[in-house]
Amino acid sequence: MAELKRTPFYDFHVKAGAKMVDFAGWEMPLLYRGIIEEHQHTRTAASIFDVSHMGRLKFTGKGAEAFLQKVCTRNVGKGKPGQSMYSLVCNENGKTLDDVIVSRFDGHWYMVCNASNREKLLGWFAKVGLLNTEIEDETEKTAMVAIQGPKAVGLLDGVLPDPVSDIRRYHFETMRYMMIVQFNVFRSGYTGEDGAEIVCGTTAAGMAMNYLLKSEGENEVLKPAGLGARDTLRLEAGMPLYGHELTEETDPLAAGLGWAVDLSKDFIGAESLRAAASNGPARKLVGMIVEGQRAARQGMEIRQGGKSLGIVTSGAMSPTLKRPIAMGYVDAALSSEGTGLEIDCRGNCLSATVTALPFYKRQK
Amino acid sequence: MGAPADRKYATTHEWHKQEGDVVTIGITQFAVDELTDVTYVDLPAKGKQLSAGKSFGEIESVKATSELYSAVAGEVVEANDALKDDPSLVNTDPYGKGWMIKVKVPGANLDGLMTAEQYNAKHG
Repeated sequence: MAELKRTPFYDFHVKAGAKMVDFAGWEMPLLYRGIIEEHQHTRTAASIFDVSHMGRLKFTGKGAEAFLQKVCTRNVGKGKPGQSMYSLVCNENGKTLDDVIVSRFDGHWYMVCNASNREKLLGWFAKVGLLNTEIEDETEKTAMVAIQGPKAVGLLDGVLPDPVSDIRRYHFETMRYMMIVQFNVFRSGYTGEDGAEIVCGTTAAGMAMNYLLKSEGENEVLKPAGLGARDTLRLEAGMPLYGHELTEETDPLAAGLGWAVDLSKDFIGAESLRAAASNGPARKLVGMIVEGQRAARQGMEIRQGGKSLGIVTSGAMSPTLKRPIAMGYVDAALSSEGTGLEIDCRGNCLSATVTALPFYKRQK
Repeated sequence: MGAPADRKYATTHEWHKQEGDVVTIGITQFAVDELTDVTYVDLPAKGKQLSAGKSFGEIESVKATSELYSAVAGEVVEANDALKDDPSLVNTDPYGKGWMIKVKVPGANLDGLMTAEQYNAKHG
Protein backbone atom coordinates (compact mmCIF):
# COMPACT_ATOMS: atom_id res chain seq x y z
CA MET A 1 0.00 0.00 0.00
CA ALA A 2 1.41 3.38 -0.95
CA GLU A 3 2.28 5.67 1.92
CA LEU A 4 -0.03 8.58 2.52
CA LYS A 5 1.26 12.03 1.59
CA ARG A 6 1.60 14.67 4.27
CA THR A 7 1.14 18.40 4.01
CA PRO A 8 3.64 20.86 5.57
CA PHE A 9 1.21 21.15 8.50
CA TYR A 10 1.14 17.48 9.46
CA ASP A 11 3.09 17.97 12.71
CA PHE A 12 0.83 20.86 13.65
CA HIS A 13 -2.29 18.72 13.19
CA VAL A 14 -0.94 15.89 15.31
CA LYS A 15 0.22 18.27 18.03
CA ALA A 16 -3.21 19.93 18.02
CA GLY A 17 -4.78 16.53 18.65
CA ALA A 18 -6.40 16.07 15.25
CA LYS A 19 -7.97 12.76 14.23
CA MET A 20 -6.11 12.01 10.99
CA VAL A 21 -7.69 10.20 8.03
CA ASP A 22 -6.79 9.18 4.49
CA PHE A 23 -8.26 11.66 2.06
CA ALA A 24 -7.35 11.23 -1.62
CA GLY A 25 -4.03 9.70 -0.61
CA TRP A 26 -3.15 12.43 1.88
CA GLU A 27 -3.08 12.14 5.67
CA MET A 28 -5.47 14.94 6.62
CA PRO A 29 -7.17 16.18 9.79
CA LEU A 30 -10.81 15.10 9.95
CA LEU A 31 -11.42 17.03 13.14
CA TYR A 32 -9.61 18.60 16.13
CA ARG A 33 -12.23 19.36 18.77
CA GLY A 34 -15.42 18.08 17.09
CA ILE A 35 -17.07 18.58 13.72
CA ILE A 36 -20.10 20.44 15.04
CA GLU A 37 -18.00 22.72 17.25
CA GLU A 38 -15.56 23.52 14.44
CA HIS A 39 -18.48 24.14 12.07
CA GLN A 40 -20.19 26.53 14.47
CA HIS A 41 -16.94 28.30 15.23
CA THR A 42 -16.51 28.97 11.50
CA ARG A 43 -19.99 30.47 11.29
CA THR A 44 -19.51 32.70 14.34
CA ALA A 45 -15.78 33.52 14.45
CA ALA A 46 -13.01 32.20 12.17
CA SER A 47 -11.43 28.86 11.37
CA ILE A 48 -8.24 27.89 9.59
CA PHE A 49 -8.29 24.83 7.31
CA ASP A 50 -5.28 23.06 5.83
CA VAL A 51 -6.17 22.57 2.17
CA SER A 52 -2.65 21.89 0.96
CA HIS A 53 -3.73 18.54 -0.44
CA MET A 54 -5.60 20.27 -3.26
CA GLY A 55 -3.89 20.39 -6.66
CA ARG A 56 -2.12 23.59 -7.66
CA LEU A 57 -1.09 23.78 -11.30
CA LYS A 58 0.78 26.63 -12.98
CA PHE A 59 0.26 27.15 -16.70
CA THR A 60 2.83 29.14 -18.69
CA GLY A 61 3.58 29.72 -22.35
CA LYS A 62 2.03 31.54 -25.29
CA GLY A 63 -0.61 28.84 -25.69
CA ALA A 64 -1.71 28.72 -22.04
CA GLU A 65 -4.79 30.91 -22.39
CA ALA A 66 -6.01 29.12 -25.50
CA PHE A 67 -5.42 25.77 -23.82
CA LEU A 68 -7.42 26.74 -20.75
CA GLN A 69 -10.20 28.10 -22.95
CA LYS A 70 -10.25 24.71 -24.65
CA VAL A 71 -10.52 22.60 -21.49
CA CYS A 72 -12.60 24.89 -19.27
CA THR A 73 -16.33 25.46 -19.62
CA ARG A 74 -15.96 29.03 -18.34
CA ASN A 75 -14.78 31.81 -20.58
CA VAL A 76 -11.62 32.34 -18.56
CA GLY A 77 -10.24 34.67 -21.22
CA LYS A 78 -12.70 37.26 -19.96
CA GLY A 79 -10.93 37.28 -16.60
CA LYS A 80 -8.54 40.13 -15.84
CA PRO A 81 -5.18 39.79 -14.07
CA GLY A 82 -5.98 39.45 -10.39
CA GLN A 83 -9.23 37.62 -11.00
CA SER A 84 -10.23 34.05 -10.10
CA MET A 85 -12.98 32.11 -11.85
CA TYR A 86 -14.84 28.95 -10.95
CA SER A 87 -15.10 26.53 -13.86
CA LEU A 88 -15.72 22.94 -14.79
CA VAL A 89 -13.45 20.75 -16.88
CA CYS A 90 -15.50 18.34 -19.00
CA ASN A 91 -14.85 15.45 -21.34
CA GLU A 92 -16.13 15.31 -24.92
CA ASN A 93 -19.51 14.12 -23.69
CA GLY A 94 -19.92 17.19 -21.52
CA LYS A 95 -19.54 15.12 -18.37
CA THR A 96 -17.67 16.63 -15.45
CA LEU A 97 -14.04 15.69 -14.90
CA ASP A 98 -13.50 18.22 -12.11
CA ASP A 99 -14.49 21.62 -10.79
CA VAL A 100 -11.64 24.07 -10.52
CA ILE A 101 -10.72 27.68 -9.84
CA VAL A 102 -8.65 29.33 -12.54
CA SER A 103 -6.76 32.53 -11.73
CA ARG A 104 -5.11 34.90 -14.17
CA PHE A 105 -1.75 36.29 -13.10
CA ASP A 106 0.27 38.82 -15.08
CA GLY A 107 2.56 36.28 -16.70
CA HIS A 108 0.83 32.97 -16.13
CA TRP A 109 -2.34 31.08 -15.15
CA TYR A 110 -3.04 29.13 -12.00
CA MET A 111 -5.51 26.30 -11.50
CA VAL A 112 -6.58 24.87 -8.16
CA CYS A 113 -8.29 21.49 -8.48
CA ASN A 114 -9.54 18.71 -6.23
CA ALA A 115 -6.88 16.53 -4.62
CA SER A 116 -8.65 13.44 -5.91
CA ASN A 117 -8.56 14.64 -9.52
CA ARG A 118 -5.07 16.10 -9.84
CA GLU A 119 -3.51 13.08 -11.54
CA LYS A 120 -6.61 12.56 -13.68
CA LEU A 121 -6.52 16.15 -14.92
CA LEU A 122 -2.80 16.06 -15.67
CA GLY A 123 -3.38 12.91 -17.72
CA TRP A 124 -6.34 14.52 -19.45
CA PHE A 125 -4.41 17.71 -20.28
CA ALA A 126 -1.55 15.66 -21.74
CA LYS A 127 -4.06 13.70 -23.83
CA VAL A 128 -5.72 16.88 -25.08
CA GLY A 129 -2.29 18.13 -26.13
CA LEU A 130 -0.36 21.04 -24.68
CA LEU A 131 0.44 23.37 -27.56
CA ASN A 132 2.94 26.06 -26.52
CA THR A 133 1.85 25.42 -22.96
CA GLU A 134 3.82 24.15 -19.96
CA ILE A 135 2.19 22.87 -16.81
CA GLU A 136 4.12 22.92 -13.56
CA ASP A 137 2.55 20.92 -10.74
CA GLU A 138 3.24 23.10 -7.71
CA THR A 139 1.18 21.01 -5.27
CA GLU A 140 4.03 19.45 -3.33
CA LYS A 141 6.19 22.56 -3.12
CA THR A 142 3.44 24.84 -1.85
CA ALA A 143 1.01 24.95 1.03
CA MET A 144 -2.51 26.32 1.10
CA VAL A 145 -4.77 27.33 3.97
CA ALA A 146 -8.28 28.68 4.04
CA ILE A 147 -9.25 31.18 6.71
CA GLN A 148 -13.01 31.46 6.81
CA GLY A 149 -15.66 33.06 8.99
CA PRO A 150 -17.22 36.44 9.79
CA LYS A 151 -14.08 37.46 11.69
CA ALA A 152 -11.63 36.10 9.11
CA VAL A 153 -11.10 39.20 6.98
CA GLY A 154 -10.79 41.53 9.97
CA LEU A 155 -8.27 39.17 11.54
CA LEU A 156 -6.21 38.93 8.36
CA ASP A 157 -6.30 42.70 7.88
CA GLY A 158 -4.49 43.00 11.18
CA VAL A 159 -1.91 40.38 10.32
CA LEU A 160 -1.07 40.57 6.61
CA PRO A 161 1.03 43.31 4.91
CA ASP A 162 -1.93 44.47 2.80
CA PRO A 163 -5.59 44.45 3.86
CA VAL A 164 -7.66 41.52 2.61
CA SER A 165 -10.75 43.74 2.84
CA ASP A 166 -9.35 45.62 -0.17
CA ILE A 167 -9.40 42.46 -2.30
CA ARG A 168 -12.72 41.90 -4.07
CA ARG A 169 -14.49 38.54 -3.91
CA TYR A 170 -13.01 36.09 -6.41
CA HIS A 171 -9.93 38.22 -6.86
CA PHE A 172 -6.46 37.78 -5.44
CA GLU A 173 -3.32 39.67 -4.56
CA THR A 174 0.33 38.74 -4.32
CA MET A 175 1.85 39.92 -1.06
CA ARG A 176 5.34 39.87 0.38
CA TYR A 177 6.26 39.35 3.99
CA MET A 178 9.54 40.91 5.14
CA MET A 179 10.34 41.33 1.43
CA ILE A 180 11.39 37.68 1.20
CA VAL A 181 8.40 35.43 1.57
CA GLN A 182 5.94 35.75 -1.30
CA PHE A 183 2.42 34.44 -1.05
CA ASN A 184 -0.90 34.77 -2.85
CA VAL A 185 -4.11 35.70 -1.07
CA PHE A 186 -7.36 34.74 -2.80
CA ARG A 187 -10.64 36.22 -1.54
CA SER A 188 -12.63 33.03 -1.97
CA GLY A 189 -13.72 29.99 -0.02
CA TYR A 190 -15.78 26.86 0.24
CA THR A 191 -17.77 27.49 3.39
CA GLY A 192 -20.36 30.14 2.57
CA GLU A 193 -18.50 32.58 4.82
CA ASP A 194 -16.22 35.46 3.84
CA GLY A 195 -12.51 34.87 4.09
CA ALA A 196 -9.39 34.09 2.12
CA GLU A 197 -7.32 31.22 0.83
CA ILE A 198 -3.57 31.67 1.03
CA VAL A 199 -0.94 29.87 -1.02
CA CYS A 200 2.71 30.00 0.00
CA GLY A 201 5.91 27.98 -0.33
CA THR A 202 6.32 24.99 1.98
CA THR A 203 9.24 26.46 3.89
CA ALA A 204 7.19 29.49 4.82
CA ALA A 205 4.13 27.39 5.68
CA GLY A 206 5.02 26.32 9.20
CA MET A 207 6.15 29.83 10.06
CA ALA A 208 2.94 31.27 8.65
CA MET A 209 0.66 28.91 10.60
CA ASN A 210 2.46 29.54 13.89
CA TYR A 211 2.40 33.28 13.27
CA LEU A 212 -1.32 33.31 12.46
CA LEU A 213 -2.28 31.26 15.51
CA LYS A 214 0.17 32.91 17.89
CA SER A 215 -0.85 36.44 17.00
CA GLU A 216 -4.28 35.52 18.26
CA GLY A 217 -3.00 35.25 21.80
CA GLU A 218 -5.58 34.69 24.49
CA ASN A 219 -8.49 35.74 22.31
CA GLU A 220 -8.44 32.51 20.38
CA VAL A 221 -10.65 33.85 17.64
CA LEU A 222 -8.91 31.75 15.01
CA LYS A 223 -9.07 28.00 15.58
CA PRO A 224 -8.17 25.07 13.34
CA ALA A 225 -10.98 23.14 11.66
CA GLY A 226 -10.81 19.86 9.73
CA LEU A 227 -12.30 18.19 6.68
CA GLY A 228 -15.38 17.03 8.57
CA ALA A 229 -16.50 20.59 9.26
CA ARG A 230 -15.41 21.63 5.77
CA ASP A 231 -17.94 19.17 4.38
CA THR A 232 -20.87 20.23 6.58
CA LEU A 233 -20.08 23.89 5.89
CA ARG A 234 -20.05 23.55 2.10
CA LEU A 235 -23.20 21.42 2.22
CA GLU A 236 -25.07 24.15 4.12
CA ALA A 237 -23.76 26.64 1.56
CA GLY A 238 -25.20 24.45 -1.22
CA MET A 239 -21.79 23.97 -2.82
CA PRO A 240 -21.11 20.84 -4.87
CA LEU A 241 -18.37 18.35 -4.06
CA TYR A 242 -16.70 16.24 -6.73
CA GLY A 243 -17.47 12.59 -6.23
CA HIS A 244 -20.89 13.53 -4.92
CA GLU A 245 -22.83 16.20 -6.87
CA LEU A 246 -20.24 16.22 -9.66
CA THR A 247 -19.13 12.99 -11.32
CA GLU A 248 -18.27 11.64 -14.75
CA GLU A 249 -21.88 10.50 -14.97
CA THR A 250 -23.34 13.98 -14.68
CA ASP A 251 -22.95 17.25 -16.56
CA PRO A 252 -22.64 20.74 -15.05
CA LEU A 253 -26.04 21.85 -16.34
CA ALA A 254 -27.90 19.16 -14.40
CA ALA A 255 -25.94 20.33 -11.36
CA GLY A 256 -27.26 23.86 -11.77
CA LEU A 257 -23.85 25.23 -12.75
CA GLY A 258 -24.88 26.74 -16.09
CA TRP A 259 -23.51 30.07 -14.89
CA ALA A 260 -19.99 28.55 -15.08
CA VAL A 261 -20.53 27.24 -18.60
CA ASP A 262 -20.22 29.55 -21.61
CA LEU A 263 -22.10 27.72 -24.35
CA SER A 264 -21.20 30.41 -26.90
CA LYS A 265 -17.53 29.42 -26.54
CA ASP A 266 -15.88 26.41 -28.14
CA PHE A 267 -14.46 24.03 -25.58
CA ILE A 268 -14.23 20.26 -25.12
CA GLY A 269 -17.76 19.11 -24.37
CA ALA A 270 -19.48 22.25 -25.66
CA GLU A 271 -21.43 20.45 -28.38
CA SER A 272 -22.77 17.84 -25.98
CA LEU A 273 -23.67 20.53 -23.46
CA ARG A 274 -25.50 22.61 -26.06
CA ALA A 275 -27.59 19.55 -26.88
CA ALA A 276 -28.16 18.89 -23.17
CA ALA A 277 -29.20 22.52 -22.71
CA SER A 278 -31.80 22.38 -25.45
CA ASN A 279 -33.26 19.07 -24.22
CA GLY A 280 -33.15 19.99 -20.57
CA PRO A 281 -31.66 17.60 -17.99
CA ALA A 282 -33.54 14.38 -17.18
CA ARG A 283 -32.56 14.80 -13.53
CA LYS A 284 -31.72 17.99 -11.69
CA LEU A 285 -29.74 18.66 -8.55
CA VAL A 286 -31.94 19.85 -5.68
CA GLY A 287 -31.62 20.67 -2.03
CA MET A 288 -33.82 18.88 0.49
CA ILE A 289 -34.77 19.41 4.09
CA VAL A 290 -35.36 16.06 5.79
CA GLU A 291 -37.98 15.55 8.52
CA GLY A 292 -36.90 14.10 11.83
CA GLN A 293 -33.36 13.79 13.07
CA ARG A 294 -31.84 11.10 10.89
CA ALA A 295 -29.37 12.11 8.24
CA ALA A 296 -29.86 11.07 4.64
CA ARG A 297 -26.57 9.97 3.07
CA GLN A 298 -25.02 9.62 -0.37
CA GLY A 299 -26.47 6.71 -2.30
CA MET A 300 -29.88 6.63 -0.62
CA GLU A 301 -32.77 6.29 -3.03
CA ILE A 302 -35.28 9.11 -3.42
CA ARG A 303 -38.88 8.11 -4.09
CA GLN A 304 -42.37 9.45 -4.48
CA GLY A 305 -45.43 7.25 -4.29
CA GLY A 306 -43.20 4.21 -4.21
CA LYS A 307 -41.54 5.13 -7.49
CA SER A 308 -37.78 5.58 -7.51
CA LEU A 309 -36.93 8.96 -9.00
CA GLY A 310 -33.59 10.05 -7.68
CA ILE A 311 -30.56 9.55 -5.52
CA VAL A 312 -29.02 11.42 -2.59
CA THR A 313 -25.53 12.80 -3.36
CA SER A 314 -24.71 14.35 0.02
CA GLY A 315 -26.47 14.61 3.36
CA ALA A 316 -25.78 15.47 6.98
CA MET A 317 -27.27 16.95 10.11
CA SER A 318 -26.94 20.70 9.61
CA PRO A 319 -25.32 22.24 12.69
CA THR A 320 -26.74 25.66 11.81
CA LEU A 321 -30.30 24.66 10.88
CA LYS A 322 -30.28 21.84 13.44
CA ARG A 323 -32.04 19.53 11.04
CA PRO A 324 -30.88 17.07 8.39
CA ILE A 325 -30.22 18.54 4.95
CA ALA A 326 -29.34 16.80 1.73
CA MET A 327 -28.61 17.31 -1.95
CA GLY A 328 -29.50 14.88 -4.69
CA TYR A 329 -30.59 14.40 -8.26
CA VAL A 330 -34.33 13.97 -8.89
CA ASP A 331 -36.47 13.68 -12.02
CA ALA A 332 -36.74 17.18 -13.49
CA ALA A 333 -40.56 17.14 -13.28
CA LEU A 334 -40.35 16.77 -9.50
CA SER A 335 -37.56 19.23 -8.84
CA SER A 336 -39.57 22.31 -7.91
CA GLU A 337 -39.42 23.87 -4.47
CA GLY A 338 -41.93 22.41 -2.04
CA THR A 339 -42.17 18.99 -3.69
CA GLY A 340 -42.62 16.23 -1.11
CA LEU A 341 -40.32 13.26 -1.45
CA GLU A 342 -39.29 10.15 0.46
CA ILE A 343 -35.78 8.97 1.13
CA ASP A 344 -35.04 5.30 1.82
CA CYS A 345 -32.77 5.33 4.85
CA ARG A 346 -31.72 1.70 5.36
CA GLY A 347 -35.34 0.60 5.18
CA ASN A 348 -36.68 3.58 7.13
CA CYS A 349 -38.72 6.06 5.13
CA LEU A 350 -37.69 9.68 5.68
CA SER A 351 -39.93 12.52 4.49
CA ALA A 352 -38.14 15.30 2.65
CA THR A 353 -39.10 18.55 0.94
CA VAL A 354 -37.31 20.13 -2.01
CA THR A 355 -35.87 23.45 -0.92
CA ALA A 356 -33.98 26.25 -2.67
CA LEU A 357 -30.21 26.32 -2.31
CA PRO A 358 -28.26 27.45 -0.42
CA PHE A 359 -29.53 26.21 2.94
CA TYR A 360 -27.48 28.93 4.61
CA LYS A 361 -26.51 32.39 3.46
CA ARG A 362 -24.16 34.62 5.43
CA GLN A 363 -25.15 38.08 6.59
CA LYS A 364 -23.46 40.59 4.32
CA MET B 1 -11.38 7.85 30.83
CA GLY B 2 -10.95 4.16 31.54
CA ALA B 3 -13.94 1.84 31.31
CA PRO B 4 -15.49 1.45 34.81
CA ALA B 5 -15.03 -1.82 36.68
CA ASP B 6 -18.69 -2.23 37.65
CA ARG B 7 -19.70 -3.67 34.29
CA LYS B 8 -18.65 -5.99 31.45
CA TYR B 9 -17.78 -5.24 27.82
CA ALA B 10 -18.56 -6.69 24.40
CA THR B 11 -15.90 -6.62 21.68
CA THR B 12 -18.27 -4.33 19.78
CA HIS B 13 -17.91 -1.69 22.56
CA GLU B 14 -21.26 -2.05 24.31
CA TRP B 15 -21.03 -2.10 28.09
CA HIS B 16 -23.41 -4.39 29.97
CA LYS B 17 -24.23 -3.62 33.61
CA GLN B 18 -26.07 -6.30 35.53
CA GLU B 19 -28.34 -5.49 38.47
CA GLY B 20 -30.37 -8.53 39.49
CA ASP B 21 -31.91 -9.88 36.33
CA VAL B 22 -31.88 -6.56 34.48
CA VAL B 23 -28.94 -5.69 32.25
CA THR B 24 -28.41 -2.06 31.24
CA ILE B 25 -26.58 -1.51 27.95
CA GLY B 26 -24.70 1.51 26.61
CA ILE B 27 -21.51 2.21 24.67
CA THR B 28 -18.00 2.98 25.86
CA GLN B 29 -16.00 6.21 25.80
CA PHE B 30 -13.75 4.60 23.20
CA ALA B 31 -16.71 4.03 20.87
CA VAL B 32 -17.93 7.58 21.51
CA ASP B 33 -14.51 8.99 20.66
CA GLU B 34 -14.59 7.16 17.34
CA LEU B 35 -18.12 8.31 16.48
CA THR B 36 -17.69 11.94 17.63
CA ASP B 37 -20.87 14.07 17.75
CA VAL B 38 -23.87 11.73 18.10
CA THR B 39 -26.92 13.04 16.25
CA TYR B 40 -29.44 10.21 16.54
CA VAL B 41 -29.94 6.97 18.44
CA ASP B 42 -32.46 4.39 17.17
CA LEU B 43 -33.59 2.22 20.07
CA PRO B 44 -36.07 -0.66 20.25
CA ALA B 45 -39.51 -0.29 21.81
CA LYS B 46 -40.41 -1.65 25.24
CA GLY B 47 -41.35 -5.30 25.00
CA LYS B 48 -39.07 -6.06 22.05
CA GLN B 49 -37.32 -9.40 22.31
CA LEU B 50 -33.60 -9.26 21.74
CA SER B 51 -31.31 -12.10 20.68
CA ALA B 52 -27.79 -12.44 21.96
CA GLY B 53 -25.18 -11.15 19.55
CA LYS B 54 -27.74 -9.44 17.34
CA SER B 55 -28.21 -5.74 16.57
CA PHE B 56 -30.80 -3.90 18.67
CA GLY B 57 -30.52 -0.49 17.09
CA GLU B 58 -28.38 2.11 15.39
CA ILE B 59 -26.37 5.11 16.42
CA GLU B 60 -25.75 7.98 14.04
CA SER B 61 -23.04 10.57 14.35
CA VAL B 62 -21.79 13.35 12.08
CA LYS B 63 -19.20 10.85 10.94
CA ALA B 64 -21.08 7.60 10.41
CA THR B 65 -23.88 5.25 11.38
CA SER B 66 -23.12 2.14 13.44
CA GLU B 67 -25.14 -0.83 14.65
CA LEU B 68 -25.61 -1.45 18.35
CA TYR B 69 -25.34 -5.05 19.61
CA SER B 70 -26.66 -6.81 22.67
CA ALA B 71 -24.60 -9.63 24.09
CA VAL B 72 -27.65 -10.90 25.97
CA ALA B 73 -31.07 -12.25 25.01
CA GLY B 74 -34.15 -10.90 26.74
CA GLU B 75 -37.02 -8.41 26.74
CA VAL B 76 -36.48 -4.68 26.54
CA VAL B 77 -38.07 -3.22 29.69
CA GLU B 78 -36.96 0.36 29.10
CA ALA B 79 -35.30 2.50 26.44
CA ASN B 80 -33.67 5.81 27.33
CA ASP B 81 -36.18 8.40 26.07
CA ALA B 82 -33.83 11.25 27.02
CA LEU B 83 -31.68 10.34 24.03
CA LYS B 84 -34.54 11.29 21.68
CA ASP B 85 -34.29 14.93 22.69
CA ASP B 86 -30.60 14.99 23.41
CA PRO B 87 -28.48 12.34 21.68
CA SER B 88 -25.37 14.21 22.82
CA LEU B 89 -25.85 12.64 26.29
CA VAL B 90 -24.05 9.65 24.77
CA ASN B 91 -21.04 11.91 24.14
CA THR B 92 -21.05 13.69 27.48
CA ASP B 93 -21.95 10.80 29.79
CA PRO B 94 -21.66 7.43 27.99
CA TYR B 95 -21.54 5.41 31.23
CA GLY B 96 -24.30 7.32 33.04
CA LYS B 97 -27.01 9.48 31.46
CA GLY B 98 -26.11 8.09 28.02
CA TRP B 99 -27.42 4.58 28.85
CA MET B 100 -29.48 3.11 26.06
CA ILE B 101 -31.66 0.14 27.03
CA LYS B 102 -32.54 -2.04 30.00
CA VAL B 103 -33.09 -5.71 29.20
CA LYS B 104 -34.73 -8.33 31.45
CA VAL B 105 -32.43 -11.35 31.32
CA PRO B 106 -33.42 -13.96 33.92
CA GLY B 107 -30.34 -15.87 35.03
CA ALA B 108 -28.13 -13.47 33.11
CA ASN B 109 -24.61 -14.69 32.48
CA LEU B 110 -22.06 -12.10 31.40
CA ASP B 111 -19.05 -14.40 31.76
CA GLY B 112 -18.37 -14.36 28.04
CA LEU B 113 -17.81 -10.59 28.09
CA MET B 114 -14.58 -8.74 28.84
CA THR B 115 -13.84 -7.24 32.22
CA ALA B 116 -13.02 -3.53 32.45
CA GLU B 117 -9.37 -4.47 32.84
CA GLN B 118 -9.43 -6.55 29.66
CA TYR B 119 -11.31 -3.88 27.73
CA ASN B 120 -8.99 -1.11 28.90
CA ALA B 121 -5.94 -3.18 27.97
CA LYS B 122 -7.32 -3.44 24.46
CA HIS B 123 -8.67 0.09 24.05
CA GLY B 124 -7.05 2.16 26.79
